[in-house]
Parts: sequence; structure tokens; C-alpha cells
Amino acid sequence: MSSKASIIASIKEIPLEATELPEIPRFEFSGNLTDNFSIAISNNKGAVISQTQLDNFITSNGITEIIALSAGFDAYNSRTLPSNPHELDNLQLAIIQGQLGVAENGAIWLTDENMGLRALPFITEHLVIVLPKNSLVPFMHEAYEIIGDQQSGFGLFVAGPSKTADIEQSLVIGAHGAKSLQVILI
Amino acid sequence: MSHPAKASEFLKDPDKAKWHDETLWFVRDKRDNSSKGIPEWEKLRGTASQIKDNVLANLDKYLLAFEEKAKANHIHVHWAKDAEEHNQIVLSILQKHKCKAIVKSKSILTEECHLNPFLEKHGVDVVDTDLGERIVQLLHQPPSHIVLPAIHLKKGEISDLFHEKLQTQKGNEDPEYLTHAARTHLREKFLAAKVAITGVNFAVAETGEFVVCTNEGNADMGVHLADVHIACMGIEKIIPRRKDLGVFLRLLARSATGQPITNYNSHFRSPSPGKELHVVLVDNGRTKQLAREKFKNSLKCIRCGACMNTCPIYRRSGGYSYGSVVPGPIGSILSPGLDIKKHSTLPFASTLCGSCSDVCPVKINIHEQLYEWRQEIAKNQGLNVKKLSMQIANGVFSVPFAYQMSGALLRGALKILPSSITYSGLNTWGKQRELPEVPQATFKNWYKKNKA
Ligand code: SF4
Repeated sequence: MSSKASIIASIKEIPLEATELPEIPRFEFSGNLTDNFSIAISNNKGAVISQTQLDNFITSNGITEIIALSAGFDAYNSRTLPSNPHELDNLQLAIIQGQLGVAENGAIWLTDENMGLRALPFITEHLVIVLPKNSLVPFMHEAYEIIGDQQSGFGLFVAGPSKTADIEQSLVIGAHGAKSLQVILI
Repeated sequence: MSHPAKASEFLKDPDKAKWHDETLWFVRDKRDNSSKGIPEWEKLRGTASQIKDNVLANLDKYLLAFEEKAKANHIHVHWAKDAEEHNQIVLSILQKHKCKAIVKSKSILTEECHLNPFLEKHGVDVVDTDLGERIVQLLHQPPSHIVLPAIHLKKGEISDLFHEKLQTQKGNEDPEYLTHAARTHLREKFLAAKVAITGVNFAVAETGEFVVCTNEGNADMGVHLADVHIACMGIEKIIPRRKDLGVFLRLLARSATGQPITNYNSHFRSPSPGKELHVVLVDNGRTKQLAREKFKNSLKCIRCGACMNTCPIYRRSGGYSYGSVVPGPIGSILSPGLDIKKHSTLPFASTLCGSCSDVCPVKINIHEQLYEWRQEIAKNQGLNVKKLSMQIANGVFSVPFAYQMSGALLRGALKILPSSITYSGLNTWGKQRELPEVPQATFKNWYKKNKA
């Protein structure tokens, strides 16, 4: 008997009482979507910024290696998306479009379509996500309702920069992935 | 070695033990604040628990549905009845790709299967990429906590280690400096690996996708740069619907560290063009646990670690004292199911205060199962657990907390008591269920005594 057959058979042998699959409850949201989202992002050590702040950030950090995939931000592009993600190793900034944002925790939904290459939002030194204000929802539940059965090979909820507290619980930003996450709400 | 014997090893460094205790308490505190911040917390826990009950009652159907969907999305699905078969499957994929060096993100399952030593024996260089896991790997140690693998180490020890292995400045203990040194070191590994292994937090029957949660982004750095991604999961990680993720992602990080969500929550549904994606579904004792009516609920665990952070015994005895891959309260109900003899002291490493059950995001009745395991173990050894435990509680250990015994007493007790009954008795804290904390004064006394 294959392992699959034997695992399934041993589960079937167990008398298991039927239980109901609950519906996901709806929860009331009180607050302002934009405010809550911005607070959540900054609690996650990211920041909501304006386009002017982005320009200053680029200048003051001497950033030259930029890939901008978000519509309306093409002018920032200094290079094109390579076919091999290894070539992104020296990328300083990626500007990508987010699909929706969650006010309670700052999570932003992206799929293959937004990323170009799946490695992009991780390997870039700094990440900027452009997010329409009207895409904000209160909780994860509404987010998954909108996502529905959207077909994408890869989807990501990103809520902040790469971080770790593995050394004596001291928070350090920039463990492996992006050292900053900034969001431009449009 | 029994749990109490190993615990007394850990307590030989009282300052560090105290730090460990206080730090985990701090994490527990963050969890409390975070959960209290959302009024729907209890409703979410209840829903998550019901979803998991439904999963356990329909595990075969959900597994088959997951496989069908995943295959349709070009994911290779493998089934492994035990650790050995799991390891063989992984090795054969590596061999097919002539791969001699891999990166691996946090996966408790691969620890359980002892994948690293197995692959190393076959000439594969394995690099754990979670910072905490990399630290313990460089020390040739296992993780001591499922969420905070290096929580038993102080920054001085990590500084010494990095100085030796990564050529960092001697004596520089700055966590930021050390983390960034590891970043540079691991970046090279990410860029070089052809195959990346990850664990799985949730796998969705409805869509055939699976979700991996990290804060560091290390899982994604590995898999998106590699040609082949192998995801290893216990069969209990299945959830029915995509929308169930909304419930679990709200609970997981809040319970683990107090964050509202992990920073990266990656949903893998099909491989990138030209790449390969494998999922290994592993039983390794899980169907046996499912068949144990009293203990099957332990399979609902989402590995948040909250029960460890809150446990007065875990905080004061350290993860290694359990001698099992998953330590703490949940480990103490999972491990006896795998090897009742080896882990016979674990269900006694508890005050049965119930704090673990109170914080558990999927409402596992952990402390009740600990009690049940004590009965099983006593039966197994032909003893009356209640009588013995009462004797212990009234006699040698007439204190509310098991570790309030001096090393000498402990050693003496071990001589006269059965090895499995080394902790004070049943319900010494009664039904005091509002997340009790051990009085600081008694703990200090204990340290003083222990030091002497
Ligand atoms: S048993 Fe509950 S509290 Fe403990 S790790 Fe599992 S899910 Fe978390």
C-alpha cells in the first residue's frame, strides 16, 4: 500500500464525530480606515509617506538603482526588471502597486501581477508600495472576501519591513529582506 | 535524563535563568495587550477552535482535496508515513537536481524528522536561515523554543559565536551589528542555493495553496531565488477554506509575539514559470494521535508558542529540559504520544494551573490533557498517580510550585520517588484560572537556596 493510501486508510478507521464548519463571523469596525491603517503600519515599523517624502528619501539616501512597477511612477525607473531574480541583489528601491490594505494590522495584498518577480519585494533594500485609499478594508476577513478565489501563483500580505528580535528580544530592522517599508496612499 | 534533572542543569546559571523567565513573561505580556486590544478575541478563538475540530473530523477528505487542487496547480505532492520516508523524499529531490547546498527556513517538522543530520550524512550542506535558528545551528544545538529558537542565549554568547564564525569584532554585542553581519553572511547563502526548504503554517484544501509566515522574510528570500521549493508539512496543517486564513492570521502573531500580523505572509499556489514546487505531507505519528480520543485535540496546535511563554515551568526550566522537539506544555502532550517511555516525566512538568489552555488561540485543553497523560503514565507503570502526587505535594514538595526545591532535595527525591513523579501534585494551584503568576518572593528564595 502506498503511504498515501495507508495514511488515508488509518484516518478513515478512526471513528470521528462530525462537526460543523463555522461561518466566519462579521465584526464591527469603529474608527477611520486611513488613520488605523497608518497607525498599524507605523507600529509595524513601516511608514505612510507622501510622494514628496519619497523624493527626499531617494535624494538623501543617494538611491540610484530603482525599479518602479506602479502605474504613474515610471519616471522613477532606472532599470528594467531582469529575467533572473539574482540580478536584483543590488537593487536599492522597488516601487510597486498594492491591491488592498487592511486597517487593523497594516497588511497589504500583492500578487505575481504586482511583483513582476516574486523575489522583488524581499530582495530590494527598500520597498515602497503605492496603495489606493479606497482599497482599505477593516479586517483580514473583508480582505479575503475581496480576494475571493482570485487566481495567482503567489500572493503576499506584507505588513512591514524585514525584522527580527532573535538576539535577546531586541528588535532589529532589516534581517534579510527590505530594510524599510513605506506606503504612499493615493 | 528526566525533565527535572535537565531543568536543574538549566538553573545552574541563575542569572540567565532569571533573564529567561522575565523575557518570556514580557512576551506573554505583549500577547495579552495585543489580544485585549481586539474585542472579538474570544469569538476568534472559538471560531478557530471549531474550524480545527472540523478539520480533524474530516482530515482525509481535506487532504485529498488539497492534493487534487495542488496537483492541478503544478505542485508535486508527496506523502510520507514517517520521518524516514520524509527525509528520503527530500533527499531524492535534491539528488535529482544534483544539489549539495540548501537553505531552509523555520520548520519544526524538519526538526522533528531530524532532516539536517540526515542530509548532512548524505553530503548536503544545510543552512538554517531564520536568525535564531542559524545561531543555534552554528552552536550545533537544536532550537529551545518553537518561535524564539535562541531565547536561551545571551548576546555575549552570540557575539563570541559570530566573532569565531563570521569574523565580527570581538566583544561587539550590539544586536543590530550582529544581525546585519548575519544578513550579509546569509545573503550569500540565499544567492547560492538551488533548492530551498520551508515549513508550512497553513495549507488550504479549497485552493491547494499553502501559507508561510515570517517576520524576517527568510523563507521568501530562499524560495524565490532557488529553482526548487520543497515545503514540508504535518498533515494537521490543513484548513478548509481560504477565508479561514483571516481567522488564523489574526490569531497567530498576536499569540506568538503580540504583533497584529507577521510581516510576511506568503501564499504559494503554483510555481513560478520554469521552477519546481513540492509539498511533502507527513504523518509521523499524527494519525495515531488522532485516534487517541483524549489527546487528539493536541493536533489543533498552530505552533504560536504562547503556552510556552506563559508556562511557569517552561520559563524557569528552559526549552532543553523537555528533551523533545516541541517543548513546553504542548510538547508535553504531543511527545508522550510519540514515545511514552522516553517522555514519561513531561506531563508532570506542569503545575496544572491552566494558563496554557487560557492563552491557546485554538482552545486546546492543554492542562487537562497533561492530567490525562499522568493517568496513562501511572497506569503504565502500575502506580496510583493521585495518591503519589498528593504524597509529594504534602511532603517533600509542600510548596505551590514544583521548582521550589533545592538541588539537594531534588536529588534526594529522585532517589526515593519514581522517576515519573517528581513534581508536586494535581491542581496545586486549584482552579485559579486568571493567568496566575508565581509570587516573586518565593522564586527568589528558591534561587538563594539553589545557589547555596
Ligand atoms: S498549544 Fe496552543 S498555545 Fe501552545 S503552541 Fe499550540 S496553538 Fe499555541
